[in-house]
Amino acid sequence: MMKNKQRSEPVVPDVHKTIKAAFEAFDYESNNRVDVREIGTIIYSLGCFPTQADLHDKNSRDSPVQVEDQTGCINLEKFLPAMTKVLMEHKFPSVPEDLLLQAFEVLDKENKGYLEPEQLAKYMTQEGELFTQEEMDEMLTALADHENNRVYYKDLLNQWTIDPDM
Amino acid sequence: MGCGMGKSELQLKKGDRVTISVPAATAIRAALLIQRWYRQYVARLEMRRRCTWNIFQSIEYAGEQDQIKLYNFFGFLMDHFTPASSERNLISHIFRKNEICRDTEWERHFCYKSIEVSASCTGPHLTFPMTFSGVSKLVEAFKHKQQLHARYVLQLLGETWRLLRILPNISHVSACRAKPITICGDLHGHLEDLLLIFYKNGLPSSEKPYVFNGDFVDRGKNSLEILLILFGFLLVYPNDVHLNRGNHEDHIVNLRYGFTKEVLGKYRVHGKTILKLLQKIFSWLPLATVIDDKVLIVHGGISDATDLGVIARVDRHKVRETPKVNRIWLFGEVAHPGSQSISASGDTKGKDVDEWKQIVDVLWSDPMPQNGCIPNEVRGGGCYWGPDVTEEVLGRHDLQLLIRSHECKQDGYEFCHNRRVLTIFSASNYYEVGSNRGAYIRMGPDLVPHFIQYQASKTCRELTLRQSVGWTERSALRALREQLFAHKSDLIGAFREFDPNNKGLISLTHWAGATERVLNLGLPWRVLRSQLVSSTPHGMVDYQQWIRELSITEPKLEVNNSILETMYKNHSNLETIFRIIDTDNSGLISFEEFRQTWKLLSSHLKTEISDRAIADLARSIDFNKDGSIDINEFMEAFRAHFFYFDLKNSFIQSLGISVTLLHEGI
Repeated sequence: MMKNKQRSEPVVPDVHKTIKAAFEAFDYESNNRVDVREIGTIIYSLGCFPTQADLHDKNSRDSPVQVEDQTGCINLEKFLPAMTKVLMEHKFPSVPEDLLLQAFEVLDKENKGYLEPEQLAKYMTQEGELFTQEEMDEMLTALADHENNRVYYKDLLNQWTIDPDM
Repeated sequence: MGCGMGKSELQLKKGDRVTISVPAATAIRAALLIQRWYRQYVARLEMRRRCTWNIFQSIEYAGEQDQIKLYNFFGFLMDHFTPASSERNLISHIFRKNEICRDTEWERHFCYKSIEVSASCTGPHLTFPMTFSGVSKLVEAFKHKQQLHARYVLQLLGETWRLLRILPNISHVSACRAKPITICGDLHGHLEDLLLIFYKNGLPSSEKPYVFNGDFVDRGKNSLEILLILFGFLLVYPNDVHLNRGNHEDHIVNLRYGFTKEVLGKYRVHGKTILKLLQKIFSWLPLATVIDDKVLIVHGGISDATDLGVIARVDRHKVRETPKVNRIWLFGEVAHPGSQSISASGDTKGKDVDEWKQIVDVLWSDPMPQNGCIPNEVRGGGCYWGPDVTEEVLGRHDLQLLIRSHECKQDGYEFCHNRRVLTIFSASNYYEVGSNRGAYIRMGPDLVPHFIQYQASKTCRELTLRQSVGWTERSALRALREQLFAHKSDLIGAFREFDPNNKGLISLTHWAGATERVLNLGLPWRVLRSQLVSSTPHGMVDYQQWIRELSITEPKLEVNNSILETMYKNHSNLETIFRIIDTDNSGLISFEEFRQTWKLLSSHLKTEISDRAIADLARSIDFNKDGSIDINEFMEAFRAHFFYFDLKNSFIQSLGISVTLLHEGI
C-alpha cells in the first residue's frame, strides 16, 4: 500500500481507520463481523497480496484470518490488530510489475509476446495454487483479446496500476 | 512458495527463455506469481462493486420506511376488500367493523412463526414486506448456490398466496412506449437461463414488466429457486410481473417430473409443508395474460371451445385441472367417467365439466398443421388445434396474436398458423447440452414481437468483469454525488466545525466523519474517497472546492415536491389500490373517491396532506368535466417527474447481477 511510494511510515491510527473502512463494506449486519469467505477480498483491497495459503492460515496466532467458533465469522476485534501488524510489517508484499512481466514471459516459452488461452489455463489450473474452473473462465474472459483469443500480457500490464492509498 | 519472492529468483538469461521446455520449478513460481496477482486484481474489483452496491442500497433504505407503512395499509385493504365484491363504496367498507376473515387452515398449517432461523444459517435472511433489495439479495444468493431457510420460504410463499388470491384469472396489460413488455416461456427449473435473461434484459420492475408463461418447475434442478425469485418479484411489483399457470404447476405432475423430489430433498423437515402450500399457490396462479386486448398469452394454447369470458369467470382455484387420462398414464389408475371429482364439492354438473375443460385446454393443448380440433392423446389432455381454429377463436375475441409455450423449439421460438401463433420457450439445452437455444420476447406498443435468443453456458459472458463493474460504479457514484449535492449546505456547515480558523482545508478523517454525519448512509467514505474527491494534497480536503465541483457535474437537480415524491415511491401500490376502487374496470374513478383514498393513504403514512393540496393535485391533471379521473392518464402524468427516480432504480437493478447497460447501448 504505502510502500510503493516514497513516504514516511504509516501512522497506526490512520491504518486502523483504513482497515475498519474496508471491513465495514462487508459487515452487513453492522455487528463487527464479516463472513470468512469475504476476508480475502478485504485483505487484498488493503493493498496486500497474500497467497491462498496465507488466507487459510487459521492457526498462527498473528494470522488475521481467525474465525470465531460460534458464528463462523471474522470479528473486527481480532482482525484489527492482526491486520495492522500485517500492514506495518509488509507481510504480504505486492507483486511488482516487472516481476509479473517476467512471470508471463517465463510461461511464454517461445517468446511470442502473447499466450494462448490453453497455455495459460494449463499453468493456472495445474500449477501453483490452482485456479478453479470458474476462476479460469473469468480470467480468460477478462484478459483474452476477443478477436483472436490471445492473452497479450504486455498490453494488459499497463492497464493495471495499483490504486492510490485510501 | 508464496510471499517475499525476490527479483533474483526469476531473472533469467535471454537464452533460457528460448528453450522449449520450461524448468518445472520456474513454471510453478511464475504461475504462483500470476495467480497471486490476479486474485488481488479481482478482489479489488469486488470491493469496488461492493461499495457501489452499498451506495444504492443505503440510498434506497433511507426511503423505504414509508413503503412499509403503505404495504401494511395495502394488506389491510386486501383483507377487507376483494374485486369480486359488488361493493362500490370502498370507504364505508373499510370502516365497517368487520371480523377479519382469515383462512384458519392456513394459519394452522403454514405458520412459519414457530420456525427458528439459527445464527449459523449461511443463506440469505429476508425481511418482509418484500422489497426490491430483498429479491435482489435472493437472486444473488441463489446465484451463489445458497439455500433459503424454510422459514423464509414459507413466509414468502404465504405472502404470495395472499396476493394471488386477489388477482383475476386473466391479467390485462397495456404496452406503452416507455415500458416494453418482456415475455418468457418455459423455464423448467433452469436457473441459469433465468439468470441469463435477467443479465441480458434487466430485472423485473415497474419500468420493466415481465410475463412468465408457465412451466417454471420440473426437470431442471432449481425449480424452487426459480419460483421463489418469480414470486419475490411478483410481491414487489404486482402490477408489472405476470405469471401464467403452466401444466407443470400441478402437484400431480410434479410427483413424476422431479419438482416434488427436489423440494423434499432440499427441505427434509419442512418439505411436505412447503409442497402443500405450493399446491394451493399453483391452483391460484392466473391463467392468461392479454396485452392491449390484442395479444393473448397462455401456456398451452386453445381449443375450438375456448371462451375467454368463461375463463375469466371461473373460480380457478376450485377446478382440478389435471386431465383424467393423464392420471392413467402416471399412476395406472383407470378413469371411469364421472369418477373423478371435478370440483371441490365433488359434483359433475355440466358447467363444471365445461369450466374444467376450458382450463385444461388452455394449459395442455398443442397446435397442429392440419385444420380441425382433436383430443391430445400424447399429453393426455387438451387438444391439437389447427389453423382454422386459430382464426376462429382469435376472430371471435378480436385478438391478433396468440403467444404460447409448452413445446421446446430449437431456436427458442417458432411461428405457425400464418404467424398467428407464436411459441416461446426459454429453457436452453433442454434435452441435453446444445440441444436448443432459449429465447424471450420484447414487445412494444406496436405489438410486434422481437426475439432475443441465448444458450446458457459457463463461458458465456459478454463483458469483462472490469467493464461491467466500471459502468455500474460510475452510475452509483453519479447518484451518490447527487445526494451529496442535495445536502451541500449541511455538509459545509459540518466541515466548518472542523475548520475553526477558516483555512478552507480539513483532514481526510474529518471529511469522512462529517460526511457520514450529514448523510447518514453508513458508507465507507474513506474507501470511496478516491472516486469522489479529485485531489487531496497532503491528505487534506479543500471542501469548498469540492462542493463546487459537485455542483458543476450536477446542474439539473430539482427540488422535489414531497407529495410527488411520496406518490412516486408508492405508485405501483397506488395503482393497484386505484384499480381496486375501480371495481367495474372502467378506468375511471370519481374525484371524490380519489380524494378519500388519498386521505386514507396519508393518514396511514402519517403525513399531512391538506384537502387543498389534493384538490390542486387533481386539478393539475386534466380530468374531464364530470369529475372523473382516468387512471392511466393519472399515472402517466407523473412519469416525467419520476424519471430521475426511475434512472436510479434501474441502476439499482443493474447491480444485482452485473447487468450491462452498455450492452443495451444506453
